[in-house]
Formats: sequence, C-alpha cells, structure tokens
Amino acid sequence: MSLEYYLILSALLFTIGVIGVLIRRNAIIIFMCIELMLNAANLAFVAISRSLGDADGQLFVFFVMAVAAAEVAIGLAIIVSVFKHRETINVDEVNSLKG
Amino acid sequence: MTAEMILFFIFGAVSLIGAISVISFRHPIYSALSLIVTFFSQAGLFVLLGAHFVAAVQVIVYAGAIMVLFLFVIMLLNLGTLSAQGALTGKLKGVAVVLGILLAAQGIFIAVNAFTDTEVGSADAMERATARVTNPIETSDIGELLFTEYLLPFEVTSLILLAALIGVIVLVKRDNQTES
Repeated sequence: MSLEYYLILSALLFTIGVIGVLIRRNAIIIFMCIELMLNAANLAFVAISRSLGDADGQLFVFFVMAVAAAEVAIGLAIIVSVFKHRETINVDEVNSLKG
Repeated sequence: MTAEMILFFIFGAVSLIGAISVISFRHPIYSALSLIVTFFSQAGLFVLLGAHFVAAVQVIVYAGAIMVLFLFVIMLLNLGTLSAQGALTGKLKGVAVVLGILLAAQGIFIAVNAFTDTEVGSADAMERATARVTNPIETSDIGELLFTEYLLPFEVTSLILLAALIGVIVLVKRDNQTES
C-alpha cells in the first residue's frame, strides 16, 4: 500500500472542501467544508508520518485538531451573533464590510 | 489485493461519498450527518495507517465534540425553515467546479510525482519503514515527544484554546448587553 493512494485521497477530499466553500452560501456549511480541508491535511500528515516511520506527523495532527476546535468555537459564536442581528447566515447577504 | 488495500478503498470511497454529500445536501443537518460519516471513515484510515491514538482522538474530538457543536448551532438557529440558502447556480457554479477539478488535478499530480525519485515514495516504502522501525509508532512515543521536544507548541496550544474560550464569552456577553 503505497503513500500515493493516501495522498491522492487527501487531495480529493481537500478539493471537495474547496468546491464546497466556493459554491455554498450557507456559513455553517462553509465551516464544515473548512473542517473537511483540515481533515484532508491531517490524512496527508499521518500518511507521510507512517511512510517515514516518524511520529512527528502525528503530533502535528493534534495541533491541527486543537486549532480546528478553537476555530469552530469562535466561528460558530460569530455565526450565532450574526444570525441574531441579521436573521440570516447567507454569506452573500452579510456584506456590511463591502467597500 | 491485500486486506489493507480493500479496507483502504472501502474507507476512502465512504469518506469521498460523505464529503460530496456534505456539499450537495440542501439542509445543513444532512450535511452535518454526512460530515460525521466522513470523519468516522477517516478514523478508519488512521487505524489502517497504524495511528491508533489519532484515530481515537479523531472520533472523540471531531465526530464527538465538534459535530455536536455544529448540530447544536444548526438546531439553535432552526435553519431548516430558511429555504433560500442553497448553492450557487448556473455559470458561477460551473466556474467553481471547473476550478476545483483543476485543483484536484494539481493535487493528484503532486501526490504522484513529488516522491517518485525519493526513498519515501517507492512502492514498498511503508512496509520497509514499518520493518526498519523496530517498534512502530505507539501512543507512548507520541506522549514522550509531546512532553519533551514539542512542549512549547503544546503549551501554546493551551493558550489558543484559552483565547478561543475568552473570545466566545466576549462575543456572547456583548449580545446580552445590547439586548438588555
């Protein structure tokens, strides 16, 4: 089982996340797609860690997970407060900062 | 076709189908449930790679804590009643999908070519790596590294979580003041 299969799967999952961010307008689904991309990166980390026989890659996964958890907590709090003020979480309608 | 390969293709296919479902369902609840499927199959892939502790943390943190947070917010905001929050349509969607396919092609190209001439990428590198390391990566190795070489990043991680905690409290508190 070579490294390439895992890296290709990781690239495909990352791309699906990118397409999701591009085509969906719902802020919560955009957040889920960001999680998907972080997970794809984790998969590449673990696969390369295994291939090198080195535990460092797995440690980076824990740091990525901690950052993802913090990001989700903050992001969802922002989404909730935006929803309270605007009654929508469609990212096209939340455009107060548009120049 | 070894057992590992069959399991890889099963878990890989399930995680890809789950990921595609995340971006194609209209209702956020269905997307969240598909995301849980993807996270679980990725935990399976981590087990295949011998990273048992990462797999356990994946299930506990991602499929557990983070998805509960997502489902909680979706249900709190009652988003099912808001209909006009689907995907882009028409030309823009086509452009996005074409760009995405180009990105996927780039990623696959890199994955196939980046390691071809190196020792890491040769077909049986993983078997040899497993054989070379007398004992494969175990949870105790991870713990040892985490509290010696990576102690500073570990402590900084706790600061990040503290900052997130305080940030969330501030965000929620400000809302209470404006309402009252």
